Amino acid sequence: MIDLTTKYLGLTLKNPLVVSASPLSEDLGNIRRMEDTGASAVVLPSLFEEQIQVESNTLDHFLSQGTESFAESLTYIPNMTGYHLGPDGYLEHVRRAKQAVKVPIIGSLNGTSAGGWVGYAKKIEEAGADALELNIYFIPTNAEMSGGQVEQMYVDLVSKVKASVRIPVALKIGPYFSSLPNTAKRLDQAGANALVLFNRFYQPDFDLETLEVVPNLILSTPHELLLRLNWVAVLYGKIQADLAITGGVHTGLDVLKSMMAGARVAMMTSALLRNGIGHLATVRTELLKWMEEHEYESIHQMQGSMSQRAVADPSAFQRANYVKVLSSYAMAGSRQ
Amino acid sequence: MTRSKVTIDGNEAAARVAYRINEIIAIYPITPSSPMGEWADQWSAEIQPNIWGTVPHVIEMQSEGGAAGALHGALQAGSLGVTFTASQGLLLMIPNMFKIAGELTATVLHVTARTLAAHALSIFGDHSDVMATRSTGFGLLASNSVQEVMDFALIAQAAALQSRIPFLHFFDGFRTSHEVGKVEELTDDDLRALIPADLVEAHRKRALSPDHPVLRGTAQNPDVFFQARETVNPFYLACPATVQNVMDKFASVVGRQYHLFDYEGAPDAERVIIMMGSGAEAAHETVEYLRERGEKVGVLKVRLYRPFSIEHFLAALPKTTKNLAVLDRTKEAGAAGEPLYVDVITAISEGLSAGKAPFTSFPRIIGGRYGLSSKEFTPAMVKAVFDEMRKPAPRNHFTVGIVDDVTHTSLEVDSTFSTEDPKTVRAIFYGLGSDGTVGANKNSIKIIGEDTDNYAQGYFVYDSKKSGSITISHLRFGPKPIHSTYLITQANFVACHQFTFLERYDVLKAAEPGAVFLLNSPYGPDEVWDMMPRTTQRQIIEKKLRFFVIDAIEVARTAGMGGRINTVMQTCFFAISGVLPREEAIAAIKHAIEKTYGRRGESVVQKNFAAVDASLDHLHEVKVPAEISSKFDMRPTVPSQAPAFVRDVLARIIEGEGDSLPVSAMPNDGTFPTATAQWEKRNIALEIPVWDEDLCIQCGKCVLVCPHAVIRAKIYDPALRGKAPATFKSAAARWKEFKEMKYTLQVAPEDCTGCALCVEICPAKSKSEAKHKAINMADQVPLREAERHNWDFFLEIPEADRRTLSLGQVKDVQLLQPLFEFSGACAGCGETPYIKLMTQLFGDRALIGNATGCSSIYGGNLPTTPYAVNHEGRGPTWSNSLFEDNAEFALGMRLAVDQQTQYARELVKRLAPSLGDELVQALLNADQSTEAGIREQRERVHALKAKLAGISTLEARDLMNVADTLVKKSVWAFGGDGWAYDIGYGGLDHVLASGRNVNVLVLDTEVYSNTGGQMSKATPRGAVAKFAAGGKPRPKKDLGMMAISYGNVYVAQVAMGSSDMQTLKAFLEADAYNGPSIIIAYSHCIAHGYDLVHGMDQQKAAVLSGYWPLYRYNPDLAKLGKNPMQLDSRAPSLPLEKYIYNETRYTMLTHSDPEAAKRLLKLAEEDVRDRWRDYQNLAAMPMNGAPKEVK
Repeated sequence: MIDLTTKYLGLTLKNPLVVSASPLSEDLGNIRRMEDTGASAVVLPSLFEEQIQVESNTLDHFLSQGTESFAESLTYIPNMTGYHLGPDGYLEHVRRAKQAVKVPIIGSLNGTSAGGWVGYAKKIEEAGADALELNIYFIPTNAEMSGGQVEQMYVDLVSKVKASVRIPVALKIGPYFSSLPNTAKRLDQAGANALVLFNRFYQPDFDLETLEVVPNLILSTPHELLLRLNWVAVLYGKIQADLAITGGVHTGLDVLKSMMAGARVAMMTSALLRNGIGHLATVRTELLKWMEEHEYESIHQMQGSMSQRAVADPSAFQRANYVKVLSSYAMAGSRQ
Repeated sequence: MTRSKVTIDGNEAAARVAYRINEIIAIYPITPSSPMGEWADQWSAEIQPNIWGTVPHVIEMQSEGGAAGALHGALQAGSLGVTFTASQGLLLMIPNMFKIAGELTATVLHVTARTLAAHALSIFGDHSDVMATRSTGFGLLASNSVQEVMDFALIAQAAALQSRIPFLHFFDGFRTSHEVGKVEELTDDDLRALIPADLVEAHRKRALSPDHPVLRGTAQNPDVFFQARETVNPFYLACPATVQNVMDKFASVVGRQYHLFDYEGAPDAERVIIMMGSGAEAAHETVEYLRERGEKVGVLKVRLYRPFSIEHFLAALPKTTKNLAVLDRTKEAGAAGEPLYVDVITAISEGLSAGKAPFTSFPRIIGGRYGLSSKEFTPAMVKAVFDEMRKPAPRNHFTVGIVDDVTHTSLEVDSTFSTEDPKTVRAIFYGLGSDGTVGANKNSIKIIGEDTDNYAQGYFVYDSKKSGSITISHLRFGPKPIHSTYLITQANFVACHQFTFLERYDVLKAAEPGAVFLLNSPYGPDEVWDMMPRTTQRQIIEKKLRFFVIDAIEVARTAGMGGRINTVMQTCFFAISGVLPREEAIAAIKHAIEKTYGRRGESVVQKNFAAVDASLDHLHEVKVPAEISSKFDMRPTVPSQAPAFVRDVLARIIEGEGDSLPVSAMPNDGTFPTATAQWEKRNIALEIPVWDEDLCIQCGKCVLVCPHAVIRAKIYDPALRGKAPATFKSAAARWKEFKEMKYTLQVAPEDCTGCALCVEICPAKSKSEAKHKAINMADQVPLREAERHNWDFFLEIPEADRRTLSLGQVKDVQLLQPLFEFSGACAGCGETPYIKLMTQLFGDRALIGNATGCSSIYGGNLPTTPYAVNHEGRGPTWSNSLFEDNAEFALGMRLAVDQQTQYARELVKRLAPSLGDELVQALLNADQSTEAGIREQRERVHALKAKLAGISTLEARDLMNVADTLVKKSVWAFGGDGWAYDIGYGGLDHVLASGRNVNVLVLDTEVYSNTGGQMSKATPRGAVAKFAAGGKPRPKKDLGMMAISYGNVYVAQVAMGSSDMQTLKAFLEADAYNGPSIIIAYSHCIAHGYDLVHGMDQQKAAVLSGYWPLYRYNPDLAKLGKNPMQLDSRAPSLPLEKYIYNETRYTMLTHSDPEAAKRLLKLAEEDVRDRWRDYQNLAAMPMNGAPKEVK
């Protein structure tokens, strides 16, 4: 019997297949299907503090627009007793998701203010989430802001959230740091229970007809996995925090690679959006089949087996392409 | 039992009672009664029960006639029913009122008494509507204050159930319906005590039921109708005593004692005023004041006007009465006297004859009119009436409150007379609608009313413009009850929330000596003085005002509040007025903020809190200099070159001084000159568009979409350029046929509203900086002077010769002079571009009938009208009849034009020998299908008139009078969806079926915009509107298809923002089609809840999503064997949600009821799919040949 279990954020998961934050898990039916088809945990879509503020301010603005100006139409839109604004809808979703499935439910949060990060983190914990993923989505555009300041902001944030909640906290970050290992270490020391590598950012496109900037997010492709594999392999063993891979995981083989690099879990969204939630079962089958064929007993066994510290040539992760190209050239030359 | 004190307005007071003691509420929106129905709808949506534990059902009908019919049916079937209405709406209920009363059916109509439209419409208050119902058999009960509204709402219902006579409970529109006051709220137990179960049971037992069937509503013949009509007498005879019993019962339960006639004043009064409504409170206050000074005066407040109890009336008058003045808030032209006056004379005459009067000789009785259309009725006027009564020969049938220099009916009023209590704080606030001033003041008056022992009153005066509208709030509070049902004219606190008002309005006119003046100023305490006009400085010095400034804009902006300075100014008001200790006041303001905005989210609350917290640090008292030092004064209201009528009359109205205009200044039949909006120069835009002539491609889209006609284009001889001001811009004209000419795109800087629709639609972007377009917004103030000169020069450039233009091209249409300009519609209005386009194309020969609504308000609300004339003095002629009859009204115009044209043609033939055959044939056979043809016909008519001038026969004179009808006329009916889909649909349908050449333009905003966003049958599925708070469950009515079903009606559905070409074609074809035409025009609206700068983008999205397919159905094509249906837009390519979720009317449902939003979205998507399929099928139908290709 092959043991697919893994430990992530202190939770024992039945396998390493976790569904990452996406609109798919906005729907309870989808979450149930994810569990049924093999997901071992589900990260809910992010609660965006900015979205809450924008929705609230927008609603206020347009409910007030044109009011109390003209005697015949002192208002234009009927008064409602309440709106599902703020985090209430999200928190209710956390509660319902917890009731709907047995697998762990991981809340996800994107804040804009220090108070927002901490406050909403507590609320997500109170709503029953098993763990929390902080979805830091910060794109510095201010030329006065140094890399050090950005990193310090991340570190402070982790410390504050960790100090306020008891559930494990994962941190989803992007790859754009001058020294990722150092940043990872500082975040680890600040108390992060896991690092999720990497966030994928919206990259606005241009509409050449209208000369307008248009938002754009394309689904991940398998080749994006390589960047993640590289960094997980490098970080594995250097920090206490668990590592998770998200972005570019599409097949059972991708999961295997992730595990071997040192990840505790491999997260998927794009593959499910493309192939349907049932794809989880396919991936799980592929995973089992490969392990069976290659006589692996457990996931645990392979975790980190191809990390930088575990491979024969650790420098492969530092100048991998260059060296391989050279040596293959040399070998080719020697054959001639 | 303790009753809570609430600070609410009259409408809410009535609704709070009516809702709790009824089951069926059938309504139709009409100002000023709409809020009663809206409250009821809100509570019903919130599942609030009535006193029997069931939730009343609220239904919005298609008209007041419909509401009355539904009410009648509900009552007949045994329910407790109620409705709310006013004015023309009440008139539409009259037929049912006769029925309901004739059948002795208990119900109550709560009426905000409002002026009936006569020479003009007015939304304001008087008793002309109520007086029109005197003969219906309804009991008429008047309440005078917000507290009385609540009390009488209950008394009326109880009295109706006891007496079986239905009641009309009325209170003054706006003055009472919209006055916010502190009242004691009646509890459910109070309601139960007055509405005993046995009365309800009796009502139910009289119901129609197949379980105990009866027949009601028979037709009767001369033999018995009369006798049957007299059977009700015992009920009417008993009714007054019944009402008094109810009032006594009310007093025993609640503690407030009312009588059918309440007398206030000296027991030995010799002079007594008799009146009803809110004015009686001002009279009450004056009587108290005069009594304290030893005068023997009194006022008799009439509560129960019908049935009129002579006995109770006489018993209420002091025996000492020698002089009576009866004041009527209505005018009954041609009558022996106004209704109450006539009733009083009858009552006294009968009383004296029967020996039942308290006095032995006939007192001297005079009658007078006051307060029509909410005209102010003040203690000074009351005093004038008392003074008149003392004269040896007092004027009868007088007026008070105006200067009648025509028939000299008016009493002289000493305007310095005041009864204001020095202990009452009187505060006036000048604000903009958009800055939130009124909302904050409503909160303030609630705080004062509910957190202190003070009595409190708030009344709010609004603008008749919808863009840049000014609001004036009048707040009173103090230790004594407030009877002051009139505006504050002696204020001890004046706040001006907008600095720019100082040069337009004399805001300190009402400040009393020693008052406080609070100014929102961008200038600090040391700089502000020299930035103010001399008039302001003079008042501050002469009245020794304490003067405070705050840069509220800066505080609000920092707090993230944008231009909403309301909470900042409110905090300053509390700090300065000292009505509460500062800490308490701030806590109360914050509490009010939480109550008002809490449901909109924490971030909204927090930014308001931030504004409150930052306010007082920015509040500064100004050390007032001793001298007037300013180098400028208030701006003249209109330019000196304006016509005399504009200078002498309209300018006074613009200044807010219309009250001072005498009768002689006003036209006697409601006829006004057009082309007057051009003189207003409102300067409301903070930013205006600036043209980049190098980038512009001269497409004309900005000119087309401008809702206010402030951006215009001309082509002209380059030689003219030499006379232009230095900053006047021009470019080579980009027309093949005009390539030697110059082109200028010019903005009217002082008329622009700054909506920026033009910039948004502009397709030309800079190749080096994408955000820079061919027009860009820039601050108005630095541009104002230069652009004003440029605009004046631009107007002098001759208009293009219409004959040389291709009217089917948007590019050419920009060169046509708009004859609709600078309306007061909302900035960025989606309706006005269509109207403007119509006037560009046909304005010089157009007659317009306009249904009541937004378009009649921005089209015809004084002081000025946007309808304009061309250089020949021709332009649209315009009138508003009613809301419901507009299609018929326009049809009448068409019939008249056609009839006169026919007569003119006959006369031309008859006079042929004198006129010459060539001219006669040319006149009769003219082809007027082109601009050139119309121009030639005009010239022929000119020649005809010249010839007629030399012929002295009667026929020649007749022909002279109707000769102009030989030039083709374009008759239009304008109106909104409330008219076309609901109240006016029956008439519209009839007009479409008539085959006559009437063009109908439906400005479809999908709600009743003018009355505040109530659902119409045009409201789309899933959209939230008033009376559809849960999202409209049913789809929009397909008015276009209904019209198409006739086969001979030209029908077009257009959206200018999606296809301006298609819109243009539709207008041209509708005019050209010799039969009925209807254009249904997508009109984005402030009621949709998004920034109107994106209005045209939303129109595009509506079409792309398939929600609003563009089509034209032209019966002329069928005559050619072609399919008359042409789909002008493509199959849906944008998900519906990408269109609808840009608008708050849809998104709010996702916040308030996400499940319903999902369900309705799905159904709405199906609607789109189904409708598109049907249209496609229709467009693909074979017509004498192969199926039409569908793209």
